[in-house]
Amino acid sequence: MAEFSLPANSVVKQGKLFAASEGVTNIKRFIVYRYDPASGENPYIDTYEVDMDNCGPMVLDGLLKIKDAMDSTLSLRRSCREGICGSCSMNIDGRNTLACTQSIAEIKGDVKVYPLPHQPVVKDLVSDLTNFYAQYASVEPWMKTDSATPPDRERLQSKQDREKLDGLYECILCACCSTACPSYWWNSDRFLGPAALLNAYRWIVDSRDEAAGERLDDLEDPFKLYRCHTIMNCTDSCPKGLNPAQAIAATKKLLVQRKL
Amino acid sequence: MDDLSTPLSKVKGLGSAKEGTTHFWHQRLTALILIPLVLWFGFSIASMPVEHATLTGWVRQPVVAIALILLILSTFYHAQLGLQIVIEDYVSTHSTRTVSIILSNFMCLLFAIIGVVAVLKISLGS
Repeated sequence: MAEFSLPANSVVKQGKLFAASEGVTNIKRFIVYRYDPASGENPYIDTYEVDMDNCGPMVLDGLLKIKDAMDSTLSLRRSCREGICGSCSMNIDGRNTLACTQSIAEIKGDVKVYPLPHQPVVKDLVSDLTNFYAQYASVEPWMKTDSATPPDRERLQSKQDREKLDGLYECILCACCSTACPSYWWNSDRFLGPAALLNAYRWIVDSRDEAAGERLDDLEDPFKLYRCHTIMNCTDSCPKGLNPAQAIAATKKLLVQRKL
Repeated sequence: MDDLSTPLSKVKGLGSAKEGTTHFWHQRLTALILIPLVLWFGFSIASMPVEHATLTGWVRQPVVAIALILLILSTFYHAQLGLQIVIEDYVSTHSTRTVSIILSNFMCLLFAIIGVVAVLKISLGS
């Protein structure tokens, strides 16, 4: 049943302060969640005073500055540093977003950095997205056809049909949307979440795909799809500006349409 | 016992229940029909003196009785659909969830029957 307080070993404690060196005037404080499940210790919050005169403009620059110059034990995931790989998704200033595209200057006050909400933590800012990736795999995100591939050319798609995929194909699977969704927090074992559902819809509306009916069959479930109550946190948090809530609503509409 | 099943096997679970669209659609339909019915009911009650004879006389009119029965059925059907969603969202233990849904469905049905019988008794009875 419901639990109203954190278990004793999950209470977040106060950590250390990593002060800026003397003479540094342009300081931004980074308040960072630290947790190493292997240590047996509680999670704690470390504070880093970052010298903004020697730091890039984005939150990821700040975190890498901390890791390189102040505390090498900080763990985070990052790769492309330009919003295309989706690795550095985390909760910054209370919102899920990509550290590499979130500018420090836009954040008023201290920069609070936590891992994505409601996911198991591997270490510090690295969350375990095994379930999230499995949910993506479960919607079978590839083209499924019964008719044979044309021998002499690719499968054709009109420009209009191709445009239907705009706003869907750009998903980078950073998990900002799914982990911002309360329905996903409560029921992520059965609710597929906005990211997987957006990708399912991306194939349902692809004119070249021939499995729309089966895809809808697989989604039609009180938990897999209908846990979505149009809360719209997904759309609000998507760092790529996509609209998973709309894709899910369109999926529900197709399911109603095929009944009437 | 260690759970050695793969993440994909866990996510796929027992597959889709092939259900939920009717629930979703009926919840929206009942919401729509309830807008005029609730407005009509509210304004009617507000415009009448709260006296037993006036109210029973009002319920005896066939059109009012029909609209009241429609209101009662839509209300409790809508409530049943909504309560089930709330329980599914917040009650995570499977057994507790199943029992709660059965109980809430039964209570909604019971209240709907009580309401309809009451309207019929007034409108058709002596």
